[in-house]
Amino acid sequence: MTETLLDIRGISKSFGALKASDDVALDLKQGEIHALIGPNGAGKSTLIAQIAGSLRPDSGEVWLEGRNVTHKDTVARAKAGLGRTFQISSLAMEDTVLQNAVLGALGARHRVPGFWRPVMRDGDLRASAMQALEKVGLEEFAHFRTADLSHGQRRQLEVAVALTLKPHVFLMDEPMAGLGADGSAILVEFLRNLKSSAPILLVEHDMDAVFQLADRISVLVYGRIIATGAPDEIRANAQVREAYLGEEDAE
Amino acid sequence: MQRETLINTVLTLGLLAVPLAAWAMDEPYTITLATKVVIFALAGVGLNLALGLGGLVSLGHAMFFGIGGYAAGILASHAQSYEPIMEWPFLIEGTQSMPVIWVMAIVVSALVALATGALSLRTSGVYFIMITLAFGQMFYYFTISWPAYGGEDGLSIYVRDRFPGLNTLDPLHFFGLCFALLMLGLFIVARISRSGFGLALNAARQNEARVRAVGIEPYRLRLIAFVISGAITGLAGALYADLNRFVSPVMFSWQTSGEIMIFVILGGVARLFGPVAGAALFIILEEVLGGVSDYWHIYLGALLLIVVLFARGGLIGVLAGRNGGGGHD
Repeated sequence: MTETLLDIRGISKSFGALKASDDVALDLKQGEIHALIGPNGAGKSTLIAQIAGSLRPDSGEVWLEGRNVTHKDTVARAKAGLGRTFQISSLAMEDTVLQNAVLGALGARHRVPGFWRPVMRDGDLRASAMQALEKVGLEEFAHFRTADLSHGQRRQLEVAVALTLKPHVFLMDEPMAGLGADGSAILVEFLRNLKSSAPILLVEHDMDAVFQLADRISVLVYGRIIATGAPDEIRANAQVREAYLGEEDAE
Repeated sequence: MQRETLINTVLTLGLLAVPLAAWAMDEPYTITLATKVVIFALAGVGLNLALGLGGLVSLGHAMFFGIGGYAAGILASHAQSYEPIMEWPFLIEGTQSMPVIWVMAIVVSALVALATGALSLRTSGVYFIMITLAFGQMFYYFTISWPAYGGEDGLSIYVRDRFPGLNTLDPLHFFGLCFALLMLGLFIVARISRSGFGLALNAARQNEARVRAVGIEPYRLRLIAFVISGAITGLAGALYADLNRFVSPVMFSWQTSGEIMIFVILGGVARLFGPVAGAALFIILEEVLGGVSDYWHIYLGALLLIVVLFARGGLIGVLAGRNGGGGHD
């Protein structure tokens, strides 16, 4: 059987009376893209925060590569191999594109960064950063100020920074958001190739992309996972149609 | 050569030329003014590391300035009175040797920065400003009510402390010494801001979540930056004590913190030579406007407002244009 790299074991999280996560179980296996979909307010962001480590679940556990990381913070989980992209681009906007990528490569070294040697002259870091930028097609923009990039390019840079970490698991929060049809198509191709190096837990609103890409889909509604299965199974699932896809059709 | 590098070079040469010209024209007061600029600039260079690169708005840097000052004052006063500072469990005697005083000022400032930073860096924004301010005021009131070292009246250093091979009583010699330390401080901060540590610290200022997501803890970066920052400002405090041959609790007051911050803002936050330009401008204004009116701070306030509203890069920013990426190539 394929190895399970990320294992979410029955986590629950309440805010007052609101059950944002209700006994959620989810896993991610080597080589797959597992998409998480759900209507607005279903608790996707809360779930991601608990997987990334910025929010502690009330109960349940998060396992990463066979290790219980429930009580580890974001920094420790990043070091343990979780590569995360943010829904809203989260970059050092005043810095150049290359500097953002070098920051990732620096983090991947797992030690306190040096105080003395000029970091942008570090050949290894530069090479690793440029390699990531080339993979997402941003190499020509390396010396642009990040704030001067287009929205789509910032999304690409998000992915590039995650790549520099050489993670064992990708956690991607709506990477297609605001990309447009062309941009989405390119990223779909890219993620399809990327999954062989590390599996991807993909939270995405773009249904076309999800059904093209995902090996498995989980549907989150009101904090509960109501179904998990192959795209065809999900498409055929009556409960899902009612709770989620039906709404989409109605829009 | 980049425009900012050119401006920095001109500033450095100007800062050297003024006291040399004053020496040639036998105007020691001008040399003392230039020395004051250099010392204030060094204090600002310290703060700029925390404020500019780290985004840590510390209103407590007078704490380090004062600690440096009192390190010099206390060591010198014991040397003058031939009474050791303590005899048990081991003997510590006073000294008038500048290098020893500097090391003491740096070490004590760094330790206090470590302790106060460890606590205050758990907060951010307005709370951080308030906690650093509170720590600074604690030291202020402590020195006021500490009779052993002059309390409110302060402490005089009757003969300026000594440096091997130089006559520190000669204003030009003392200027040279302070100038060399300023250059060293600038060099260290320039190296740090171009290093991996500087890149990560600067990124944490812009986007904390990003830095965490690549597996680097911002708290640790900030604490280290705060310690180095405090140590540099502490060294400036020791020099300031020797410039005036006098220390008093005023060095610890929140107005001093404010002034150090004004040097940085006037000159240009996060610009390497910002504090140098800011301190020079401050002293020039004080001399020129102070001669015109006792209320010259009104004009300083107006200038500060203009800088904050219209010229965020300060004097250096106005002259050199937009910063091309935090000093990295």
